[in-house]
Amino acid sequence: MNGFPWLTIAGVIPLAGALVVALVPSLPRDSAPDDVLARTRLVKLVALAFSLIALVWVIVMATRFNTSGPDFQFTEQYSWIPQFGVHYALGVDGIALVLIGMTVVLMPVVILASWHDADNAKRSVKTYFALMLVLETMMIGVFAATDVFLFYVFFEAMLIPMYFMIGSFGVGPRQYAAVKFLLYSLLGGLLMLVAVIALYVYAGQSAATGHHGTFLFSTLVHVSLSPTVQKWLFLGFFIAFAIKAPLWPFHTWLPDASFSAQPGTAVLMLGVMDKVGTFGMIRYCLELFPTAFRYFTPLVLTLAVISILYGAVVAIGQTSMKRLIGYTSVSHFGFIVLGIFALTSQGQSGATLYMVNHGFATGAIFLLAGFLIARRGSDRIADYGGVQKVAPLLAGLFLVSGLALLSLPGLSTFVSEFLVLVGTFSRYKVAATFATAGIILAAVYVLWMYQRAMNGPVAESVSGMPDLKARELLAVAPLIALIIAMGVYPKPVLDVINPAVQSTMSQVHSTNPVPAHPVSVSAGAQP
Amino acid sequence: MTSLLAATTSGAIPAPSIEYSQLAPMLVVFGAAIAGVLVEAFVPRELRRSVHLLLAFGSLAAAFIWTCVIAASSTLFAKGSAGHVAAMGAVAVDRPTLFIQGTILVLAFVSVLLIADASHDVPEFAGQAAAPPGSAEEREGLLAGLVHTEIYPLTLFAVGGMLLFPASNDLLTMFVALEVLSLPLYLLCGLARRRRLVSHEAAMKYFLLGAFSSAFFLFGIAMLYGFSGSVSLATIASAATANSGSDTLLFAGIALTGVGLLFKIGAVPFQSWKPDVYQGAPTPITALMASCTVVSAFGALLRVFYVAFGNLTWDWRPALWVVTILTMVVGAVIAVTQRDVKRLLAYSSIAHAGFILTAVVAASVAGLSSSLFYLAAYGLTTVGAFAVITLVRDPGGEADHLSRWAGLGKRSPLVAGIFALFLLAFAGIPLTSGFTGKFAVFQAAIAGGATPLVIVGVLSSAIAAFFYVRIIVLMFFSDPVEDGPEVVVPGLFTGTAVAIGTVATLVLGIVPEPVLSLANHAATQLFVR
Repeated sequence: MNGFPWLTIAGVIPLAGALVVALVPSLPRDSAPDDVLARTRLVKLVALAFSLIALVWVIVMATRFNTSGPDFQFTEQYSWIPQFGVHYALGVDGIALVLIGMTVVLMPVVILASWHDADNAKRSVKTYFALMLVLETMMIGVFAATDVFLFYVFFEAMLIPMYFMIGSFGVGPRQYAAVKFLLYSLLGGLLMLVAVIALYVYAGQSAATGHHGTFLFSTLVHVSLSPTVQKWLFLGFFIAFAIKAPLWPFHTWLPDASFSAQPGTAVLMLGVMDKVGTFGMIRYCLELFPTAFRYFTPLVLTLAVISILYGAVVAIGQTSMKRLIGYTSVSHFGFIVLGIFALTSQGQSGATLYMVNHGFATGAIFLLAGFLIARRGSDRIADYGGVQKVAPLLAGLFLVSGLALLSLPGLSTFVSEFLVLVGTFSRYKVAATFATAGIILAAVYVLWMYQRAMNGPVAESVSGMPDLKARELLAVAPLIALIIAMGVYPKPVLDVINPAVQSTMSQVHSTNPVPAHPVSVSAGAQP
Repeated sequence: MTSLLAATTSGAIPAPSIEYSQLAPMLVVFGAAIAGVLVEAFVPRELRRSVHLLLAFGSLAAAFIWTCVIAASSTLFAKGSAGHVAAMGAVAVDRPTLFIQGTILVLAFVSVLLIADASHDVPEFAGQAAAPPGSAEEREGLLAGLVHTEIYPLTLFAVGGMLLFPASNDLLTMFVALEVLSLPLYLLCGLARRRRLVSHEAAMKYFLLGAFSSAFFLFGIAMLYGFSGSVSLATIASAATANSGSDTLLFAGIALTGVGLLFKIGAVPFQSWKPDVYQGAPTPITALMASCTVVSAFGALLRVFYVAFGNLTWDWRPALWVVTILTMVVGAVIAVTQRDVKRLLAYSSIAHAGFILTAVVAASVAGLSSSLFYLAAYGLTTVGAFAVITLVRDPGGEADHLSRWAGLGKRSPLVAGIFALFLLAFAGIPLTSGFTGKFAVFQAAIAGGATPLVIVGVLSSAIAAFFYVRIIVLMFFSDPVEDGPEVVVPGLFTGTAVAIGTVATLVLGIVPEPVLSLANHAATQLFVR
């Protein structure tokens, strides 16, 4: 059961980094600016180094992942709180693995891109980077946990570093945004806590666990719950995940948080943290409560379609780049949820791939917008114009990541969006049709933003704006490369995801609908 | 007691048998308290404080060690015995009681550390409590450097009463213990050096309302005596089961004793004293009340409801449901509007009492063990939090108003960080003791069929999280106020108290297994009858 602790070490590396960063001694207040600069540089390099070690470690781990092996690999299991049947149990299936992979790729990118974010704020640079690394540990933990209690612990604990990152280092109404973010998430988390405890109590009454309450996911999937119980527990988990994801109407914290957070923080929030919501829907809502999952499908699909359209329409109307990108995420999370609840293997694979691609695409465009904002000091689209003529590299990469946001064929997001829509169409035609409109709206918000900010006459304030520096280019280049590479050749990632999706589908006894036979149209009845 | 009466009528008076070894923890504390009174009379002024400290710490440590010895002794709990009834049936020595007494002793030890800290340039306690505030007498006393060393014996008396309160096996002993624990506290509340009028007001309010609740309790005892012909918990329980006697007397008795006990834990609607008293009392005394008194009162509440009324669950549960819901909601909602950090913690303590009550209404082994764990975890965090409050000071004393705390995180990151940890524990964030405790009580409540209570509980937790988080916002995200309070470097005593609180909060959150298993072990057989 307990092989080499790959996942524990993957989580410990950033934590050790955070510790080292925190232990770098501060300089006295009256030291020379050069010394201070050298010291903060050291801190950043240490943080970057640890995030790169974590990246390498996870890459090595991923190469050892056997796509035809057991569902969960690299498993570890130790008893933690025996009184409650809580285990320290880790393990990854294909879905969790790619999400961990996305996390560790984004982390060094974000650290590099946030190089100067904490410098001028009269705040502790050390704290900012230490918090980031702690957050990485918790995000790896939340994807790797195979014990519901452990998952919950990471799910809640991860809010704290994010809360401090927004509240201490953000811009604008950062206190308001941080508190709103924390309270929304906490409320969802507490409702989930009731469901988690109830799940434990019901598990203790089930023969499948030998009448011992447990939180082990592998045991809980065999516990049969009555449909009524399933529905209530599903709601407890689902609301928490819908707040996190964020799904309309639980999304209102997101625009404020993405507006007030530093670009790097926002990327971690939109790119990784919010994925925990959609990841949880697959792992917990679907696998633990399949009956309730089917019962609530129409409702959730409706919410997902509303999210897609609402997020896109509201994004079009935004004057702030950061808010705009925040709202596009609401739309994109709608697609992910749509793919999950379509309950077809294409839909699920597409949704999982979408989570990864969205992380990279949104990450790239948010960081680029951040570079732009850092140069001009404003996030209003109207304050820009003709950037393309002054900073062609910045504008060009902005366009590529923007096109990824609107799912242009050839870029990674197209593959996932296509899979989601195909997967949904084979079962829920109406929902898929409405969702497709989201693609058109995406073209509007991306291209219109590009047109206003990058084309046209050079705005006075923009003239003389420097193009991307080497550090900035180094930060976004890997993301752009991944967007293009995974658009052309998504097979390696899909190969990892598909077995996990198949196993999830067979777990809940779901089969793909048989496509309508071209000859006898009437035979294509929906299941 | 009845046998004693019978013996008296027949002429001979047999000496009551007292199991000294089993009662030693309480006897040691009471003995030290009495010795402390003699110290006041006979030891020269300059030596008094040292002798008192020796007595107080020594007796608390000895009592704690002796409690552990009793708990570990195989003879007392031989053959799976639930425990023992000592002192002619007046005192119960069983596992839950020993757990509660051990908890009280640890918390009392930490509180005495705070009481004894003399490193501040402005002490917490008034030099001459009898001098009217602002009078020439007061100034003279101040200049002469007078101090009340009586606080140590008073504290020990209170702690002794707290030890006896949850151990009492009959209601009269319980009443005596209630008075022994309350009277010194009334006095101690009025001893604050700073804002003495507020302190006097607190003492007065606490005394009047406390006396009122004691009267309720006593009246309830009379009712129950009328119902069953006895004050012994076990006899009341069997009379209730046999259904002999008047239901009116029984239910009135349950209600009135319940009021007395719920007053002590500060459950709504009997909570109104708590904010004023917590605010007015000297902070070390507030720490003592917020930790030890709450633990002791919950111990007594658990014993009375589980032993005497254990078979009447269906009768008292609806009422306790209402009280629990009110306590959680009112505590959390009113706390949102507070601007004084001590008042805020008072309301938070009310909300937490509500959370523990969700486990009490479960009336099960899990309910008992999770309450025990919660009390230990919450008590240690609370003592730590009040210890931090004593450190944040204006020139005149503590800076209790929240606006003064703005930007503290920038000036003293360590102290603000520790306080933030305590607040996160109160809010029940995972990896702190507060989460483990909350999980335990809510789990017991759901298993006991009280899911609606738990839902109200988590919603109140969310409201409560708002004001905990707001303090963190204030400390870390706001800019420091001009001439804000300074954070004094803690003396050895306060430093130890803060360290104990911090370590306990983290350990009980990350590796709660040992204490949980201790609490489970203590609860498996419930209380002895």
